[in-house]
Amino acid sequence: MVARIEMLGVSKAFPGVRALERVDFQVEAGEVHALMGENGAGKSTLIKIMTGALQGDEGEIRLDGRPVHIGKTGDAQALGIGTVYQEVNLVPTMSVTKNLTLVRQPRRFGLIDWGAARKRARERLKRLDIDIDVERPLGSYSVAIQQLVAIARALEDDTRVLVLDEPTASLDANEVALLFRIVRDLKARGIAIVFITHFIDQVYEIADRISVLRNGRLVGCAPIAELPRQKMVPLMLGRELERTEQRASRAASTALDKPILVAEGLGRRRVMAPFDLTLHPGEVVGLSGLLGSGRTEVAKLIFGAIRPDSGKLTVGGAPVTSASPSHSLHLGIAFCPEDRKAEGVFGELTVRENIILGLQTKRGWLRRLSHLEQEALAQEMIKALAIATPDADKPVSQLSGGNQQKVVLARALTAEPRILILDEPTRGIDVGAHAEIVALIRRLCAQGLALLVASSELDELVAVSDRLAVLRDRRKIGEIEERDINRQTIIDTIAGAGT
Amino acid sequence: MKHSADIQAETPSFSWLRAIFGHRAVWPIVALALIFIVDGVISPGFFHIRIVEGRLFGNLIDILYRAVPTALVALGMAAVIGTKGIDLSVGSIIAIVGAVITWRIHAGDPHWLVLLIALGAALLCGLWNGFLVAVLDIQPIIATLILMTSGRGIGLMINLLYGGTNPSFTSPLLQGLSVGHIGLIPTRLILFAAIFFLLWLAIRRTAFGLFLESVGGNAGAAKIVGINARLIIYAAYLISGFCSGWAGIVLAADTHTSDPVSIGLYIELDAILAVVIGGGSLSGGRVYLGMTILGVLVIQALTTSILTSGLPPEYNLVVKAIVVIIVLLLQSTNLRAALYNAFARTKR
Repeated sequence: MVARIEMLGVSKAFPGVRALERVDFQVEAGEVHALMGENGAGKSTLIKIMTGALQGDEGEIRLDGRPVHIGKTGDAQALGIGTVYQEVNLVPTMSVTKNLTLVRQPRRFGLIDWGAARKRARERLKRLDIDIDVERPLGSYSVAIQQLVAIARALEDDTRVLVLDEPTASLDANEVALLFRIVRDLKARGIAIVFITHFIDQVYEIADRISVLRNGRLVGCAPIAELPRQKMVPLMLGRELERTEQRASRAASTALDKPILVAEGLGRRRVMAPFDLTLHPGEVVGLSGLLGSGRTEVAKLIFGAIRPDSGKLTVGGAPVTSASPSHSLHLGIAFCPEDRKAEGVFGELTVRENIILGLQTKRGWLRRLSHLEQEALAQEMIKALAIATPDADKPVSQLSGGNQQKVVLARALTAEPRILILDEPTRGIDVGAHAEIVALIRRLCAQGLALLVASSELDELVAVSDRLAVLRDRRKIGEIEERDINRQTIIDTIAGAGT
Repeated sequence: MKHSADIQAETPSFSWLRAIFGHRAVWPIVALALIFIVDGVISPGFFHIRIVEGRLFGNLIDILYRAVPTALVALGMAAVIGTKGIDLSVGSIIAIVGAVITWRIHAGDPHWLVLLIALGAALLCGLWNGFLVAVLDIQPIIATLILMTSGRGIGLMINLLYGGTNPSFTSPLLQGLSVGHIGLIPTRLILFAAIFFLLWLAIRRTAFGLFLESVGGNAGAAKIVGINARLIIYAAYLISGFCSGWAGIVLAADTHTSDPVSIGLYIELDAILAVVIGGGSLSGGRVYLGMTILGVLVIQALTTSILTSGLPPEYNLVVKAIVVIIVLLLQSTNLRAALYNAFARTKR
């Protein structure tokens, strides 16, 4: 049987990085094919080549056995390849009709024929068994309906291939069920469906076959029956990098201390299922899980940057009634966010101002740190964290990414926290700085600080954690104790079925 | 804002050039100097300062004197723009304050009380703007547009309260604050200096300025740091309301009347322009109080110069626009880098 769409030996290089290396990818008609891989594995690049948004450097694409050239997105549509992108690229303020008319408009005398447009919009939605008022603005419908409208837009009469890029990222369980019903229906009509997601359980619920990409290479492709989670997750994360980084053994057991932070059933609907977590002084708790599993969400819920709608948080024995970053600051919780640009540095302020802001905010606006105090504190931090900057009065935007990360860390430390939450502390940092930050985490913890470290790097978590909370699909699925922490147990826990 | 000091010098011998031309004050000062040089050539008596009736008199004093209302408004505007906001309602606040003053004076309140009520009204306006922006999360340009359009109507309605159409008033206290003088120096200049100093203390000698710049520079990061952005934004609009209110007192007392339709008309545009000439970016994150005043002086010197030069007043706005464009172009980092490189090449 000839595959519906075949991509053979596709390669693509960007300046300084080989995004895809001779990747073969086939999807049969009437098949749901899951494309898996961590960030940077090459999923997006492959899809973009398939849909004409990018051109491959080599390789060929065949549709029903016929070689085709897809030079631009219009070509893909004409060939019957529809795409629904991760970010719903519809306009929420426009009506459903207008959204479905954005690309091609029925015209009469050179003007848009809105009557025909409405009719066509209803027909398109009917194909998916959706009956909604097409005149209402799209934004007035739930995210699930919006997602379905996006699918309706991608579906033509002659659609042969449909690409769904993270369609379930912001849907709840019922909405996912609704979407899957429609996906099965489309599948029954013989459409080849490419399904990209980070939710592993969903893959095993809907997909027929899985292809796994890692670092631009296809590392596995098999029907789901032959590729259970325990085999698939290691494929995604990779083993060849495996090295046994020895953990420093703790001098004293921390389990006897009273916990400084206790979260019971903390969660927020659509963001993170309720979870329990405890932190003791001098302890490093790691947060592990694949991309999108809820690492950042756990960190932010505890910090109060995301307001929990269920559960209880106790810090130092006292319950936290209104979680907010400024409240956390005064409770002695500091947070280094993952997204340095949007939530970390103040690019226009100087290194000194960026660093002292932590302590200054804690002191309030009236008790200003004098210039001398600021200078002393900034110099102390620059020295302690080995921040490479010509002087403390450079705008922080002129520093390299790793040094900006250290500035954010320095700021969190100036507030003299009891609990420090690090979200991807080594993201975008070179190897040397990486080791420095790991060493720093250990040093801080020896001083009695409680640390919560969320990271996508298993080795890093193995190296620093006393205890590890494992997350999958936005829920906490287990904890690993110190003696059991190694790459294999983490991978097994992430892959393990059930919750 | 990027300073041209970011651009690496090609040879060390140009570092002095870099240091001078890298300073943000240099171009507004150059512009001001050029305006004065042209003035000096056209009318040789331009810089003459004399004492008439016990007070200083002359074009330079006149520039400072007339610049005060715009300068006051621009100070508040600088704070608001620092938070990545904008306050379009400043002219309307002036109109409301003028109307409140005449109304209360006609009602027979003691004049010191009138002064307090007027400032209270201005603060109320600032509170309203802050509420719309900080609590209801309305975009600043729209939020302040509401008071901008309604404010002058509110002024007219206040006039109606006692049946006055363009009522006039006299108040030794208020007029003393506006057109009076202490010793040789106009009172409004002294009071302006005091307000400037207080604001400078609040912004540079407490951490308020740093918080304000943090909120304007990166609201997401400010939230993570634990800064109460709502309070900071409130404060900025309150400052703007207070400064505009004081400008309203100066203007109303100067004209002896409440004319809500024309008082302080388009002053928000001059104020925004002054902040921008002073190097403040509309994308927020930095507050330059002194530089803003320099910007006001450039605008006012230009206006006064055109009026005294004998050029028909019709040319005023166009000439002003041309000078402003030149100043802004000179401040552009890209253009400065290009000029600097061109200069470095010719020297080699």
